[in-house]
Amino acid sequence: MSTLEIRGLKVSVTTEGGDVEILKGVDLTIKSGETHAIMGPNGSGKSTLAYSIAGHPKYTITGGTVTLDGADVLEMTVDERARAGLFLAMQYPVEVPGVSVSNFLRTAATALRGEAPKLREWVGEVKSAMEALKMDASFASRNVNEGFSGGEKKRHEIMQLELLRPKIAILDETDSGLDVDALRVVSEGVNRAKEANGIGVLLITHYTRILRYIQPDFVHVFANGKIVEEGGPELAEKLEANGYAEYVGA
Amino acid sequence: MSALQSNLLELHTPNGREEAWRFTPLKRLAGMHDGSAKAVELDSLQPVAELPQGVTFTSVEAEALSHTDDIIINRIRAFTGNVRQLKIAKDREIDQPIILSRTIIQQATVEFARVQIILEPHSRATVVLQNEGDFNLGEDLEIHVGVGAKLTLISLQEWGPTSVHAGHHHAIVERDATFNSLVVTVGGSVVRLLPTVEFAGPGASTELLGVYFATAGQYFEHRMFVDHLVPHAKSRVNYKGALAGQDAHTVWIGDVFIRAAAEGTDTYELNRNLLLSDGARADSVPNLEIETGEIVGAGHASTTGRFDDEQLFYLMSRGINESDARRLVVRGFFNEIVSQIGIEEIQDRLMARIDDELSKAAN
Ligand SMILES: Nc1ncnc2c1ncn2[C@@H]1O[C@H](COP(=O)(O)OP(=O)(O)O)[C@@H](O)[C@H]1O
Ligand SMILES: [Mg+2]
Repeated sequence: MSTLEIRGLKVSVTTEGGDVEILKGVDLTIKSGETHAIMGPNGSGKSTLAYSIAGHPKYTITGGTVTLDGADVLEMTVDERARAGLFLAMQYPVEVPGVSVSNFLRTAATALRGEAPKLREWVGEVKSAMEALKMDASFASRNVNEGFSGGEKKRHEIMQLELLRPKIAILDETDSGLDVDALRVVSEGVNRAKEANGIGVLLITHYTRILRYIQPDFVHVFANGKIVEEGGPELAEKLEANGYAEYVGA
Repeated sequence: MSALQSNLLELHTPNGREEAWRFTPLKRLAGMHDGSAKAVELDSLQPVAELPQGVTFTSVEAEALSHTDDIIINRIRAFTGNVRQLKIAKDREIDQPIILSRTIIQQATVEFARVQIILEPHSRATVVLQNEGDFNLGEDLEIHVGVGAKLTLISLQEWGPTSVHAGHHHAIVERDATFNSLVVTVGGSVVRLLPTVEFAGPGASTELLGVYFATAGQYFEHRMFVDHLVPHAKSRVNYKGALAGQDAHTVWIGDVFIRAAAEGTDTYELNRNLLLSDGARADSVPNLEIETGEIVGAGHASTTGRFDDEQLFYLMSRGINESDARRLVVRGFFNEIVSQIGIEEIQDRLMARIDDELSKAAN
């Protein structure tokens, strides 16, 4: 049983015009097995929240705390956070030229498990993860995210979710850029990972359609750098009908 | 006369102000340029295994195949009597790489070596030249790729830290022949290599690939010149370098000359540098001079960038620690070229050397 606790989180970024505060005090608690959807308009700070939890160096924490089972996440380096059990499926996964998917996955699994997985079992694990996500076998020998289509990038992120078995996963707009078939395949991957490992999921999305495949327990509306409303799945229905208009602007 | 060519042409003892010498630390050249070098003839280059049928490696009295105004090469030619000549007989296709290695290690002197690699018409071979240890070398390497022949030359500078190496690799590529070279420089105090290609017949092609990794205090210069004298020849250049540490300095010069007669030329050159620390300097100068508009394509690109923090973040967010993540990215950067060597043992050895250089630089 794990708990990620975010309290009063304030984050700024440095721009040409000086420091700009993006997150203005975020409170959120995610436990193993729970699925939290964060929904909000573009530019409201959803990715900033995701990156800040993962430790991206561009974001400066100016206030608040983040803990995982009581341990201070903000004190940890990026790799330590991952080894503590946090995972971020990125909205825009990064290309790493010359590094093959299979080399990357094995290096990551070795780092996270503390020892190199036994080769024969590992090959089987990767193969079945790829098959489940309907990825071609040739995928493993391609370079990480290089020349991947939008859908391939997202499948690759979710494949990592399945193979790397985090405690808490943050999925940043994993649904964007996917057609209906790909959305279903990717959602099934998330559900498998949840079921297999009891992951707590923070599902960041702009649209409600992914919530038809991945049932949220809680829905949080995000606007202007903070959570402005919270509820159950019914809140998503309301957003579907009314949009974000009432939360932004005046 | 092209301005580009004059990059190589300096008959007098250079003083450092000439275009061709403006980056080179002359004081560290072991006297090769000004005649003060304690030159010796050593014949240090030897095959590591028995040569296959159709391949000979002999010492002959031979004229130079090409003219050069490079002062070091001219001093080598004046000093050295014999040429070591590797010859691949007509129509022979040699599948196994022919590996030649420098075996003698002698630090107080400078070996002045003349070597010729001759591929007779329609032959094919891969030749590997390995340089290791602490040694000073002035190298005049001439290559003749006969009609329809194909040579892949792998030139490895895996020198120890004090070596000084000035070399000129000049290839004459005949009609429908292919000359592919892959130059690796990962060791030495000063390495200055001039890979040059002269197309002698239509349908000829060349691919010049290279990687270099300079750490603190090392100076590596790769100065190429591709001379499109004839129509319908193709050239590709792709060199990648990494630098780490105080006063690591690399120079890449890519001169391509498309003469008026060279209609249908297709050329592209690329140099990319990865700066891994402060205090290092990468000079990168592509030059394209075109005397005819009737070409298929001509282009160049040169980039020098710092380590990509987004890549580092992505890898670390998967639990990989910083030094392993850097190693992955640097290996990945070089992999595009190193993987084309096609000889696994050498590729593995070079990747291990790159890891070593990287960890040396980190400490
Ligand atoms: N690295 C950055 N540098 C400058 N501004 C940024 C940076 N990251 C985000 N922002 C700004 O912060 C705001 C929130 O961005 P983001 O977190 O990406 O929103 P969302 O994911 O909800 O679309 C936007 O106005 C964006 O321009
Ligand atoms: Mg976003």
